[in-house]
Amino acid sequence: MNRRKTWNALGTGILSATLLATFPFLLIFLAQMFYKGFAVLSPEFLLSAPREAMTAGGIFPALIGTFLLTALSILIALPLGILTAIWMNNYGKPVWLIRILRIAINTLAGTPSIIFGLFGMAAFVNIMGLDVSLLAGGLTLAILALPVIINNTEEALRTVPADFRDASLALGATTRQTISRVLLPTALPNILTGAIISVGRVAGETAPIMFTAATFYSRRLPGSLSDEVMALPYHIYALMTEGTHPDEQVPIAYGTALVLLLLVLLVSAVAIFIRYSIRRKRQW
Amino acid sequence: MNSFKERLFKAAAYTASLFTIAVLLSIIAGLFGEGLPLFKSFSPGKFLFTNDWYPTHAEPSFGALTLIIGSLAVTLGALVIAIPLGLGSAIFISELAGSRMKEAAKPVIELLAGIPSVVYGLFGMAFLAPLIRQWFKLDTGLNIFTTSIILGVMIVPIICSMSEDALSSVPKSIREASLALGATRVESIFRAVIPAAKSGIIGSILLGFGRAVGETMVVLMLAGGAAKMPTSIFSSARPLTSTIAAEMGETVMGDLHYQSLFALAILLFLLTFVTNLVTELVFLRRGNQ
Repeated sequence: MNRRKTWNALGTGILSATLLATFPFLLIFLAQMFYKGFAVLSPEFLLSAPREAMTAGGIFPALIGTFLLTALSILIALPLGILTAIWMNNYGKPVWLIRILRIAINTLAGTPSIIFGLFGMAAFVNIMGLDVSLLAGGLTLAILALPVIINNTEEALRTVPADFRDASLALGATTRQTISRVLLPTALPNILTGAIISVGRVAGETAPIMFTAATFYSRRLPGSLSDEVMALPYHIYALMTEGTHPDEQVPIAYGTALVLLLLVLLVSAVAIFIRYSIRRKRQW
Repeated sequence: MNSFKERLFKAAAYTASLFTIAVLLSIIAGLFGEGLPLFKSFSPGKFLFTNDWYPTHAEPSFGALTLIIGSLAVTLGALVIAIPLGLGSAIFISELAGSRMKEAAKPVIELLAGIPSVVYGLFGMAFLAPLIRQWFKLDTGLNIFTTSIILGVMIVPIICSMSEDALSSVPKSIREASLALGATRVESIFRAVIPAAKSGIIGSILLGFGRAVGETMVVLMLAGGAAKMPTSIFSSARPLTSTIAAEMGETVMGDLHYQSLFALAILLFLLTFVTNLVTELVFLRRGNQ
């Protein structure tokens, strides 16, 4: 009996220890990012362009570049993703097609992001002749965001109770009217949460834009869809691996990383908060 | 008129779905179309099973075994760290933690899963690598060991969140039956709850594997990048993903080197595709629910 009690205590101890072992690492990680990042963070850092071969100045073009890339990719992926999810949820015939579609979505969701980058480079940059540009990068990131948006939208549509749809159809509404007046409005907050989550994911991606959109250094802002852009994640990578002045570059990289981290965490926190408050408020 | 609108709407939704399938097919076509021509001039057997990766030599050689081993080395290292931490945390959160902690844990894990990998890469390069170099008196901190630690911490949230789902969905009656028979809490966790959630837990580990094998920025920044067969955990490695990322800029479209990088991408794609398919079909069966 006593031995079993010891084992019980030991097991509980070990399980708590695994959780406790994860926390210090994360604390050191976050402390380091905030401590080093805040040291260089200033309004001027956010609002000015890099100077002197990236050893001074700010990150304004990268901030704008990340914003444009993310916005463009979500604008492309959101309508496509929502329509696909609507088809899966409401039409979905023939059944074999829906099976193939599910395999396609799951495969896209699990494909490493560097492969999207490679594909974007071959298809958009080279074959379609878009060159390394905002548009090519936006398209590549849109493919990356597509499975996330479809999965989230489909789940959001699935949580609408069947009664809602049946009631609407029984009143004589057509399928399209039921979708656009009943299903979508009911599922909208959840759909938007999914979109916000994919914003957070897209904004932090580096590998897909390396060969499709990003440039090390540009003083001016992109003027059109066919311009190269700077982006926060790529800027961090460039500062750490290119150039010959690590003493000046590493602090700027920390500052850039803190900005990116705060942006991504803030965006995801908003999404998570919305989702939890929807769940609490839901009446059905 | 109404029926025209109906049909138009249905057609739009149908087209979008077909487009999604087309995207996947064109990615596959793109990878194979650009990568397979390599095997006209370099045999697939030598590609898979020889060590010499000299893509730019006068007589180039594209033996990818070193790169495959590099990928597997950092991934296994990451799993060694992430499985105990992720699984242990999941068991703790699901079985031992109070309801308030449970509620707080989920969003925190979700937030952690969203941290961009390049930020982890920066942390590893600027903070962890110098420490590892000092502690173990190495020439450089950029090696398999450092990469595994960072990569492992990165996939802890994935393993933790998926296996927590699996554990939480084990029916309460199983726990209660086990406790009622006189088992201690830890005994009932390990003999009743975990066996019941086994397939979900294995699924979570496979997902973690897929993510680690495909991760680019962390291995590109931390693994050192030497295309030599690693001899210890402190060796430098050059995984598949970082080879593609590092060398793509030097290639000319359509030349052998370019084709060889696409061939590496085919390998990577097949590896993650099979892993995901097995995970979905065998262990998670989410499609059927």
